[in-house]
Amino acid sequence: MTRDETRNAAKAEAENAVRAVWSIESARLIAGLARRTRDLDLAEELAQDALVAALEQWPESGVPDKPGAWLMTAAKNRGVNQLRRRRLLERKHAELGHELDSRADERREALDLDAALDDSVGDDLLRLVFIACHPLLSTEARVALTLRLLGGLSTPEIARAFLQPEPTIAQRIVRAKRTLAEANVSFEVPRREELAERLASVLEVIYLIFNEGYAATSGQDSMRPALCEDALRLGRVLAELVPEEPEVLALVALMELHASRSPARISASGEPILLLEQNRARWDQILIRRGLAALERAEKLGGARGRYALQAAISACHARAHTANQTDWAQIARIYAELERIAPSPVVALNRAMAVAMAQGPAAGLALVDALSSEPTLENYHLLPSARADLLAKLGRFDEARIEFERAANLTRNARDRAALLARAAECGVSKRPNASPGYEGAAPSKPG
Amino acid sequence: MRVLCLYRPQKPETNAPPSQEEMGAMGKLIGDMQKAGVLLAAEGCLPTSKGVRVRVDGGKYSTTDGPFPETKELIAGFCMMQVKNMAEAVEWTKRFLAVVGEGESEVRLLHDAPAA
Repeated sequence: MTRDETRNAAKAEAENAVRAVWSIESARLIAGLARRTRDLDLAEELAQDALVAALEQWPESGVPDKPGAWLMTAAKNRGVNQLRRRRLLERKHAELGHELDSRADERREALDLDAALDDSVGDDLLRLVFIACHPLLSTEARVALTLRLLGGLSTPEIARAFLQPEPTIAQRIVRAKRTLAEANVSFEVPRREELAERLASVLEVIYLIFNEGYAATSGQDSMRPALCEDALRLGRVLAELVPEEPEVLALVALMELHASRSPARISASGEPILLLEQNRARWDQILIRRGLAALERAEKLGGARGRYALQAAISACHARAHTANQTDWAQIARIYAELERIAPSPVVALNRAMAVAMAQGPAAGLALVDALSSEPTLENYHLLPSARADLLAKLGRFDEARIEFERAANLTRNARDRAALLARAAECGVSKRPNASPGYEGAAPSKPG
Repeated sequence: MRVLCLYRPQKPETNAPPSQEEMGAMGKLIGDMQKAGVLLAAEGCLPTSKGVRVRVDGGKYSTTDGPFPETKELIAGFCMMQVKNMAEAVEWTKRFLAVVGEGESEVRLLHDAPAA
């Protein structure tokens, strides 16, 4: 190797190390800085500055022994410099008779150089989680802010994941941070009495990110696995931060169990494969074990009746069945009934109907599905006609089934789902032979295949 | 993405269990990996004297009980991680090697779900 090549190789290695350390440390870095500065924008800016400093210096100096601590020190030094500049500015302002901004005082104290490095990192992270998922923000804003601050994703990465223009996401993040700053929201972990509600807001965001990846609602791909992985990681991190919260564990269980089926739910050519047609040998046993273990912990903590725990319990029924025929549909129908009681929704009702159809036969299921047909919130929901079509086909009513499949195809935004539905419509129309599909779709947001 | 890491220590295997200090350092690392949400599974192997090798050659099966004839670079443990990129896997592997000592970890990308 020439000297240039050696230098380039060292540079590439250092850049990789910076990238890796950023993946691991960025959330904790931003969290620590946010507590000190009480200013998300500034915290993020300082963290980014530290990243740039690392990219400049590590290729020459080598990767430091404690890269996380190095980044924090670099960020804090930059913060102090900024503060000095700001103080100078303020002095000038004062000379001009301006009053000192009280927030700057607050910042100055918070940015105390001597603030111990070994503060409880976990608390910082948890604070940042609650801030990013603050109920003051719209769901979209919470999602974007969470992925950016806690998931370590860049704005372009978030935009790509959600198939949105970059400026839209950038704007969303800027506005969210402004909203939080203007409302002067507390950087403390919520008190016990409001903890459950605030936690629910966090879990909602994580599950939404997971579902956006798992049941991609638009675009060409039926799945965007990177988003599922981001959500899983956030969930696992949160479960470590609040290990006694059963609903957090239950959500992790639900995501692990769903993710365990990823290798089996898309065909080699990219077509979605229904839950009951999946090759269960391809289900990820490690994720299943992790999911079942997390669910068990949630149940032991008294959380068996939570909405995520119930959904995870349904998923666990599928995970425990070695073949589709062994599925305990009666149990699944019972859990759906319970879920409907604590979190009534037409989607849950539809899923219960399909479970009943599996347990007691298509006619029993169809009666429940038909009862939902006047439900206004399901008017544009493609899984309703597709579920109905399935049951009609099973009952040999192929003409009606074909019309329903076509209706479902027209309602879905996902190109691959549409193709699959049209194919089934064609089967009903042309051959009128009994459909081989076992029918249970189970791809509703509350219970993806 | 998921990776499998196979660790091969440089020193010959011993029957001595890890020291308290080693256990403590490993426990902390595993805790860090869990807190970061990357660790899927990790296990350490008992000495090869308790292992067996199974082979098929021309359709014929044979088994060889341990200890295995190699004196070093025997697999001593594995971990499975979910990481954002290979660079992150390498960084965690460095932290792992800093705890377990001289040797080599092979980091292998695993098959993942299709699409994207």
